[in-house]
Amino acid sequence: MDLAVFWFCLIAVLWSGYFILEGFDFGVGMLLALLPRDERDRTAMFDTVGPVWDGNEVWLVVAAGATFAAFPAWYATMFSGFYLVLLLILVLLIVRAISFEWRARHEGVRWRATWRWLNTIASVCAPLLWGIALANLVHGVPLSGEGDFAGDLGDLFSPYTLLAGVAVVLLCALHGATFLTLRTTGELRERAAAAARRLCVPAALVACAFLAATVDVAVERNDKDVFPPVLPAALGAAALVLGTVLVLRRKSGWAFVMTALAIGLSVATIFTGLYPRVLVSSPDFANSLTIADAAAAHYALSVMTVVAAIFTPLVLLYQGWTYHVFRARVGRSPG
Amino acid sequence: VTLLGVTSVDLARAQFGLTSLYHFLFVPLTLGLAPLVATMQTIWHRTGEDAWLRLTRFFGTLLLINFAIGVATGLVQEFQFGMNWSVYSEFVGGVFGAPLAIEGLAAFFLEATFLGLWVFGWDRLSRRIHLATIWLVALGTWLSAYFILVANSWMQHPVGSTVKDGEAQLTNVGDLIFSRFALYAFTHTMLVGLTTGSIVVLGVACWHLARGRNSDLFRRAAALALIVAVPVTALNLVVGSRFGLATTDYQPMKIAAAEALWDTEKPASFSLFQIGGFTQEDQTPSVHIDVPYLLSFLATGSFTAQVDGLNAVQAQEQQKYGAGDYVPPVAPVYWAMRVMAYLGALMALVALTGAWLYRKGKLATSRWFLRTAVVATAFPFLAALAGWVLTEVGRQPWIVQGLLKTSQANSPSVSSATIAASLGAFVLLYLVLAVADLVLMRRFARVDPPVVVREEIPVAAVSY
Repeated sequence: MDLAVFWFCLIAVLWSGYFILEGFDFGVGMLLALLPRDERDRTAMFDTVGPVWDGNEVWLVVAAGATFAAFPAWYATMFSGFYLVLLLILVLLIVRAISFEWRARHEGVRWRATWRWLNTIASVCAPLLWGIALANLVHGVPLSGEGDFAGDLGDLFSPYTLLAGVAVVLLCALHGATFLTLRTTGELRERAAAAARRLCVPAALVACAFLAATVDVAVERNDKDVFPPVLPAALGAAALVLGTVLVLRRKSGWAFVMTALAIGLSVATIFTGLYPRVLVSSPDFANSLTIADAAAAHYALSVMTVVAAIFTPLVLLYQGWTYHVFRARVGRSPG
Repeated sequence: VTLLGVTSVDLARAQFGLTSLYHFLFVPLTLGLAPLVATMQTIWHRTGEDAWLRLTRFFGTLLLINFAIGVATGLVQEFQFGMNWSVYSEFVGGVFGAPLAIEGLAAFFLEATFLGLWVFGWDRLSRRIHLATIWLVALGTWLSAYFILVANSWMQHPVGSTVKDGEAQLTNVGDLIFSRFALYAFTHTMLVGLTTGSIVVLGVACWHLARGRNSDLFRRAAALALIVAVPVTALNLVVGSRFGLATTDYQPMKIAAAEALWDTEKPASFSLFQIGGFTQEDQTPSVHIDVPYLLSFLATGSFTAQVDGLNAVQAQEQQKYGAGDYVPPVAPVYWAMRVMAYLGALMALVALTGAWLYRKGKLATSRWFLRTAVVATAFPFLAALAGWVLTEVGRQPWIVQGLLKTSQANSPSVSSATIAASLGAFVLLYLVLAVADLVLMRRFARVDPPVVVREEIPVAAVSY
């Protein structure tokens, strides 16, 4: 396989990993506003993601870094073109990162409430904006003949991209609820399970609509045939239906697997719909950026392929081990 | 594109300078404190003395508060290359992007994952494995520094690459990651990290010693800090000046600007202090104190050698790159060099004095020294910031030395108003975070270290 195509696929995998992993800690952040009865519940919820959220976020750092290295032109056009959206995401992620680490450093009621609310706001808005940003890759933005972004902020918002944002938020909320059902005990766990039951039908409906719309957008705006994008979309829809059934039947372990799959397949649908381009231009389709145009030279790609081949299995191994170490359910802290 | 006479390049530079310097307030402390905390835990592991466990937890908390903000502000660095500097990004991605991507894959995963294991793993991991996690965190921070410095060093001295079809392309990865410049930059930065970590531990320990509480505990912390600080600060003076030598080979303009040396001198004297003499129009300082021969030695290794002045290098560069002004802003580079070097020497002095007092058994009673050590905690941060000003401002007008100018590297599609808004957002956010960080660090640097409850496997260092 062409190395540039390999890196396109790898970047899709990195984004999937990001949304699957950070997805549940986003979901936990959203549910902080709904589930807990008191501060001890909140602390238990923070503790479910405390050891892992930072490692989860590195998937984003690597996705962006890999884009920079493997597709300099894609990175340059996307990051300068989506400027204000990315600026907002940065502010949100900074505040969120700090909320995890600093909240517990002080007992004050206002201090804790402030950081908790900031965490919740960031956990809703960041995936919303990421959904909008990634959907724009395939929906298309105005690009000039030189491959520069030639639109304005308004061009990033359309019914389809907003649908994508909302779908990502709902998927993360559901994913977070199934995660909490697995990781907490007692009444908190029951409330998490109840939240998952309430969320699963609307999340599945909106996400299915998003998957169908993505296939449609890929056909209409990126010159694709219905197949292959329909394949991950159909599998994603199947995972959503199964996930809904499993949530309603209270099979929380398998339900979590399904919400993870649904998120991964949603990202896969976007990237399958995007191939062989990396950023669609609209209205001037001819200005679209392709994998071949944007890729770095072969030598750099082969060096990075060797590095990725060595480190990716290692990372998967020790991150997997971390989840094993922290597999025990988190109870309410005493006192 | 201009906004009230300020160009978008100016604004993008202001944002990059601000966010990078701010980020680098937290980086060296993490680089130094991580191995120091790991050492404390190792001593506890070996000796079983409670004191070292208490110190591990105490300084571990400071490490974590600092780490959080370092990680959070690091993300901005990765994104803003593409956001504000799209021409740069497209031009360099094929070379500069590789170490950045490798940094994420090889270093960030390591430090983030094992930090989570360390913080939450006290009662879930065996003591030995738990000890390994903090060492892996330290390894992650060092690896991360290595790869980002490889990337930065390529901007100072582009090696292992060629320019083809208007883009830089990697041609030899070995030349890139083992470039002489990068190895110097890394060694220097690691010593800066260890200096920062040890000077901060020393300052905090001295504050507690002056208060007279937990003296037994903090005498040990001070001893560890001094054992690290004495050799590290001394060595860094040597490495720093050798790094200067190497820089003369690749960036003669930077060195000439750092000395405000307009005319070539042989032998060249070192300017200790001067007023005026920082601009093309005013090349002769009105007041100056010089040390003869010293600059020749510092810049070339020989006391009598010639050092090229700004005017000569300007003429050489014009011949090489065509008409244009290749002289960086002289005053900030000159003063950055001096702040860095003078503070470096001062820190070596503080460390030596501390070690001497400690050997005499007078450390805890020398109030003047305890006070000095507390004040000195600010020095490594100021010196590190000055060092980056020297490195980055000294490279101007180039963004990649000899290949791409800063003025041509920004994002054409981003307006001044947009960058101004983003700059404003970061200024505001970073100010609030700085205040909160200072409040937290002060609070946790002043509390009594947590007491170890016997007959119990230690609970989490930090409760969430």
